[in-house]
Amino acid sequence: MGDLSRPTTESVERSLDSTLDSVDHAEDLAVGLARRAGFDEEDLIKIGLAVRESMVNAVVHGNRYNTNKKVRFSAGMSGNRFTVRVADEGEGFDHANLPDPLKAENLLRTSGRGIFLIRSFMDDFQARHLEPAGTEVTLVKIAVSK
Amino acid sequence: MSVNLNTRQVGDVTVVDVAGRITLGEGSSALRETLKEIVGKGQKNILLNLGEVSYIDSSGIGELVSGFTTVTNAGGKLKLLNLNKRVKDLLQITKLYTVFDVHEDEAHAVRSFA
Repeated sequence: MGDLSRPTTESVERSLDSTLDSVDHAEDLAVGLARRAGFDEEDLIKIGLAVRESMVNAVVHGNRYNTNKKVRFSAGMSGNRFTVRVADEGEGFDHANLPDPLKAENLLRTSGRGIFLIRSFMDDFQARHLEPAGTEVTLVKIAVSK
Repeated sequence: MSVNLNTRQVGDVTVVDVAGRITLGEGSSALRETLKEIVGKGQKNILLNLGEVSYIDSSGIGELVSGFTTVTNAGGKLKLLNLNKRVKDLLQITKLYTVFDVHEDEAHAVRSFA
C-alpha cells in the first residue's frame, strides 16, 4: 500500500458513450484516481481490470453498443473505501446465477469470467436492477496499510 | 499500441510472439485471426510467446481458450511460453494454468512438441 495517510475526497462522474473507447477511458480515470488515493501497483492492476470488466459488461452486454444508450460511471474515495459504480441502460441479467467458471465443465468456455474476476479482485461487488431499465454494479476496494 | 503478432518457424513449431494488449476488440480478434490462419495452413504445433503481453482481460483469456480448443480439435497442440506475473496470476485464478502446457524456455518448449 502506498501513502494512505492523505485524506482525499476526489471523485469523478461521467456519462459515457457505449463504445470500447469508453471502457479504456473509465479504466484510466479509475486507476488515476486510485493511484492518487495511495493504492499500490498490485491493487491498481486489480482495480483497473475490475473496472474494465464492468465497463465491458455495460457497453457490450448491457447497452449492446447502442449509440442512444449511455453508461454512467463514477469513482471516488471515501474514508478507506474506493468505490466505483457503473450503470447501463440495458435489459439486465441475473448476476447471482452465472455459471461457475472454475467448474471442470466450464473451464474451456470462451466467456463468462468477467464477473468472477471482478469478485476476485475487489472487496465487495453488488449489482442491482434499475427502473425502468438497466443494471448498476458497485465495486469497492478497501485501502489497507501493507 | 494494441497488439503486435509476429510469426516465425522453429523446426516443426510455429512460434507466435505476442506483444501488447490482448483485450476485447482489436487485440483479441488479431490473435484469433492469426491462430486461424496458422491452423488453416495445416500447422499443428503452435507456441504462443506471451512474454511481451502487457495486459490481458477476460476476453483475452477467452481467446487463449478458444485458440487452444481450435488447435486441439484440428489435431494439433497449442502451448504457452514466457508468462509474466500478470498473465500467470490470471491463469492461476481462473484454473487455466493446469489446462495449458506452460514453458519458460523456448528451446525446451520447442523440443516438448516432438
